[in-house]
Amino acid sequence: MQRRNFIKVATLSVALAAAGLSSFSAFAADTIKVGILHSLSGTMAISETALKETALMTIADINAHGGVMGRKLEPVVVDPASNWPLFAEKARQLLAKDKVDVVFGCWTSVSRKSVLPVFKELNGLLFYPVQYEGEELEKNVFYTGAAPNQQAIPAVEYLMSKDGGSARRFVLLGTDYVYPRTTNKILRAFLHSKGVKDADIMEEYTPFGHSDYQTIIAKIKKFASEGKKTAVVSTINGDSNVPFYKELGNAGLKATDVPVVAFSVGEEELRGVDTKPLVGHLAAWNYFQSVKNPTNTAFIKMYKDWARKQKLPNADTVVTNDPMEATYIGIHMWKQAVEKARSTDVDKVIAAMAGQTFKAPSGFTIKMDEKNHHLHKPVLIGEVRADGQFNVVWKTKGPVRAQPWSPYIPGNDKKKNEPDSK
Amino acid sequence: MKRILIPLLFWFCALPAVAALDPALIGQLAAEESDDKIAAIQQLGASADRDAVKVLKALANDELYVGGDRIFLMEDDKAVDAASGEAIEPAPESYESITINNRIRAELTNAIASLRLLNPDREVRLTAARELQTNAGMEMAPILAQALARETDPEIKKLLKLAHALANLGNAEADARLAAVEALADNATPNTRNLLLPLLDPKIEADERVRNAAKSSLRVIESRLAIGESIGQVFSGLSLGSILLLAALGLAITYGVMGVINMAHGELLMVGAYATYFMQGLFRTYLPGYLDWYVLAAIPAAFMAAALVGVVLERSVIRWLYGRPLETLLATWGLSLILIQAARVLFGAQNVEVANPAWMSGGVEPMAGLVLPWNRIVIIGFTLFVLGLVWVLMQKTRLGMFVRAVTQNRAMAGCVGVPTARIDTLAFGLGAGIAGLGGVALSQIANVGPDMGQGYIVDSFMVVVLGGVGQLAGAVWAALGLGVVTKFLEGWAGAVIAKIVVLVFIIVFIQKRPQGLFALKGRFVES
Repeated sequence: MQRRNFIKVATLSVALAAAGLSSFSAFAADTIKVGILHSLSGTMAISETALKETALMTIADINAHGGVMGRKLEPVVVDPASNWPLFAEKARQLLAKDKVDVVFGCWTSVSRKSVLPVFKELNGLLFYPVQYEGEELEKNVFYTGAAPNQQAIPAVEYLMSKDGGSARRFVLLGTDYVYPRTTNKILRAFLHSKGVKDADIMEEYTPFGHSDYQTIIAKIKKFASEGKKTAVVSTINGDSNVPFYKELGNAGLKATDVPVVAFSVGEEELRGVDTKPLVGHLAAWNYFQSVKNPTNTAFIKMYKDWARKQKLPNADTVVTNDPMEATYIGIHMWKQAVEKARSTDVDKVIAAMAGQTFKAPSGFTIKMDEKNHHLHKPVLIGEVRADGQFNVVWKTKGPVRAQPWSPYIPGNDKKKNEPDSK
Repeated sequence: MKRILIPLLFWFCALPAVAALDPALIGQLAAEESDDKIAAIQQLGASADRDAVKVLKALANDELYVGGDRIFLMEDDKAVDAASGEAIEPAPESYESITINNRIRAELTNAIASLRLLNPDREVRLTAARELQTNAGMEMAPILAQALARETDPEIKKLLKLAHALANLGNAEADARLAAVEALADNATPNTRNLLLPLLDPKIEADERVRNAAKSSLRVIESRLAIGESIGQVFSGLSLGSILLLAALGLAITYGVMGVINMAHGELLMVGAYATYFMQGLFRTYLPGYLDWYVLAAIPAAFMAAALVGVVLERSVIRWLYGRPLETLLATWGLSLILIQAARVLFGAQNVEVANPAWMSGGVEPMAGLVLPWNRIVIIGFTLFVLGLVWVLMQKTRLGMFVRAVTQNRAMAGCVGVPTARIDTLAFGLGAGIAGLGGVALSQIANVGPDMGQGYIVDSFMVVVLGGVGQLAGAVWAALGLGVVTKFLEGWAGAVIAKIVVLVFIIVFIQKRPQGLFALKGRFVES
């Protein structure tokens, strides 16, 4: 008797549990799953954590305004921990196990290269929000950051101009991985085309997480005293930037003597640094928090409110930056594309992405190129202010079309400006 | 006569705020083109009008505003017209600060400095003269000559002569250029070298006498710069060595002396660094006036925190594993993961900000072109202090004697009444506490995050093994040697290659001399 009772109860509970599960999955079918793949620990956490928060904020905002096609977005957050192979594993988990319809993520190019095969194999969809070296055009990826002609090339042109200090000698300093090396290859070719000799270019690389910049600063000082105005182009990524800028300030290398223009340093990375000795050093981006327009004011307010509500560490000093804007644009454009395609199917969304426009916090209406999966973006060059924000000292009149295949690399003229279809 | 006297009166009495600057010139400061702005700045700089300083300084600090058609600055929350010095009532509703770029900033520095050369205060003039050492332009030659004629202080006079020479490099008269180039031999800065080098080119400098003078001046400058450079390299090597030593000193006690392979050593550094961060937070909240001194308070706090963690680790895990190196290695590795995760839970996965106090920022310039950063000088001093502390503890105290006795012969020490178990705990706590002190130093130059310790564990073991296990002196020599060698290699082959070369060197060295630099001599029970 007792035994039969037990079986009864057991069956009942299993049935109940199954019912519960099925009702749960019925609920899950009503939401659209969105993967967020950013390092929340390790050397890149300094930059990527803010992107996760931006993505969550944007998703919450879209949900509050009725979701996508009446369905709520359900974020799935994973932490690949600045570990490149782990990026691929986590991407596979998001696509195969969690069955997300789209992934927003990656910062370093090495992490993007690491997840690419997974996205190609499982036909996933990745929105990559950070400026990068180009030389890539994949069907499964939309690049909402800048290509070299939207950041690196204009920045160096500015340094060579009268207002930028007429630099004729360049230090190309970066973290040792694919993005800095490729960017510097492009920049070297570009500088050659401008008549700069190899003797006037110094290339230096440091490992990820490097924290002792004494030798490099001393080398820069020496290199800068050899008869021509010198500028430094920094592609240092991650938390190495903090010791680099600290050392730069302590060593008294002023922006008026040797300006440093950075491609991966924005408001967020400078939060932990005393910027008073750094006034005048530069960064090139497509957006700065200091840009004044109503869309940006609303964007900044939204993020500050979010930080306060989520009780983020140092919530009262949070800042917005370019990759955060690119994440915000990416999620909104994806939403528009899904609504246009009336489906979350990857191929249909990819087709619908072409030509999408969005009014961005940078103050421009930004367009996704019809063919090449990159945004048309304005280029801004800013100088660091004493409060850690940037003064825009130069900008393009309007958005610039991206050239993922840089014309300065031989052989690129034969490459197609659109991804190979499958 | 009257027309000359009145402006003169204005100069010497320094009447408050009643400025009368040319409004057209002030208006030009807000021009769209940098060239126009610079022309206005240069004219204001040459005007010898001290009221211009305030306006130019405001412009340099992004505090000169344009609103409507007026250009003004803020004084005590009131808008004050930049040209007339009158208060604007009501203040314009919408306004923007005038943005400047590096090119304008350099001109501003010069203009402000040249105006300050007229200041009666010696210190102000001295600073101004120093600021003019980098890029005084030709347009400044007249005002520099004027200031030079008036100046009586020999130190300022010397600086002014150099600045005047710099400005005269662009002079159309070959004789003036010649005098300038010859005078500049005394100014051994990288900047002077930069300016003189192009003069060797006949296409740029037509006069042969000037070219020859530039050549001989450069020779003097370059030899002086070379001295500064080698001093700088040795200094950065010492600095790296002192950091390695601080990181490794604790390990030299726990591994070197006690023989515990402590993989959680890096995490003890992290505990020290977080203790520093915690003290900074306490000072920010409760003693904001003394924030600059939080580092001093952090030293005992970090020692205690790390020592406490060390004692707990020893009592709970490590003491059961003495004499079983493999198990110790695995257990302490697990402990390190637990500590990292604990830091993530307590403080978040992101790096935390530990700011350099003001007295540790910036640097001292003992000779032209060589800047030694304060934070690194302080750390070298701190390392000496910790080293002295450890030496006294180990050599002059009862505890140190017991530790040495237990290390040399545990059974015998036990027989004569040394409480070996307690000594083990205390010694481990001491090693951990010293690692905590290393954490304080690291927090001032590197990033503070949960996995910061991982980057130092390999280096620490390297130092201890190279120096010879069981020897504190060995660790000192090994750390300094590695620091200097790494820095010389870095200067020559870059950071990545330097790291590889050092590791290969250590592997080869340990093959040839497994006992390290200094081997303990004597008889041991174990060996």
